[in-house]
Amino acid sequence: MSKAALDFLQSKFGDAVIETHSQCGDDTAVVRPDRWLEACSALRTEPSMAFDMLVDLCAVDYPERSPRFEVVLHLYSIANGHRIRLKSRVGNEDGDGAELDSVTSIWAGANWFERETFDMVGIKFRGHPDLRRILMYPEFEGHPLRKDYPAQLTQPLVPYRTEEEAGLPLGKLAPFRDDEGMAFGRRDWTKTDAEPS
Amino acid sequence: MGELMAPAAGNRLIALEGSEAGFATTRLEDLLGWARKYSLFAYPFVTACCGMEFMAVSSPRYDISRFGAEAPRFSPRQADLLWVVGTISQRQAPVLRRIYEQMMEPKYVLAFGTCASCGGFYDNYTTVAGIDKIIPTDVYVPGCPPRPEAVLDGLMLLQDKIARGDRTPGIVKPREDPTQTLVSIRKVEKTR
Repeated sequence: MSKAALDFLQSKFGDAVIETHSQCGDDTAVVRPDRWLEACSALRTEPSMAFDMLVDLCAVDYPERSPRFEVVLHLYSIANGHRIRLKSRVGNEDGDGAELDSVTSIWAGANWFERETFDMVGIKFRGHPDLRRILMYPEFEGHPLRKDYPAQLTQPLVPYRTEEEAGLPLGKLAPFRDDEGMAFGRRDWTKTDAEPS
Repeated sequence: MGELMAPAAGNRLIALEGSEAGFATTRLEDLLGWARKYSLFAYPFVTACCGMEFMAVSSPRYDISRFGAEAPRFSPRQADLLWVVGTISQRQAPVLRRIYEQMMEPKYVLAFGTCASCGGFYDNYTTVAGIDKIIPTDVYVPGCPPRPEAVLDGLMLLQDKIARGDRTPGIVKPREDPTQTLVSIRKVEKTR
């Protein structure tokens, strides 16, 4: 439906558009991180595009890929009624250098989305007015939605009571067993045999 | 005073000749326990969807006021029963701990729902896997969310514990869901 938006991006940015993808009316463009802000700005200001609504901004961790993270931006144009999904890939295997320009200057609503993305995946947004954690507490170390964050690792703010102190076992109560919950998260991502795409 | 005469441990009923009304002797802690169990001032610490079920328990159909536990106190200093209703995240743990510490003795804690009891299916970085990791808990009411009947079971269990002066934790046994029975009865009727 908004194939026009992909054509617009490709004609305007050429090589900076790494790949495009269209399926069932969903159009996706992957943009080089150094042209990210420029591409967003063009999509916002060009009258035929006029993407005036930021629907979602998040990031995905692909530990087997390099660059490792994919920042995903969903845009909608209320004026023209079309959508586009914009992606950019940042960060090396260790998660370093995951930096991208902030789009808060274009859509003010991106502020909290970028804070959440920073909190959960650890993407640093250059030029963000107030980049700090939004969901986790400031004492929290690491970024929990990175695939190398251990699924069961908690960082309690209050020291837990010991079983001696409580005088009773503090394991999971019936009907839950100790090994229950988050089985899918216990996969060892360092030994993945998934093929890099 | 019917309750005082109930055969609880340490209670004896002595009627003397000539006293028409009769009188009862009891131990002081039994009397205090009896008084406490019917005047629980609750502090609802409601954080999640179990709160809906908590509202159902307080509303007329199930009517928690029958048990003398309907008066919510929105200051922990005036409350003696802490209802922990819902998931407790790591970020909330210091708040819950502090509220518990602000309550006056004697204080009781009821874990409402599976998340408060053991964390439920939240087994990750966000959630405290059961409030007993942080504060002592008297009664656990499992269920996701628990039915109001289960909550009342938990409350009665707590009252029983208060009356007996028993501080060991207790878990409410799961009950049969009456609607399921109804469905199975209807199925049997249909096949006939």
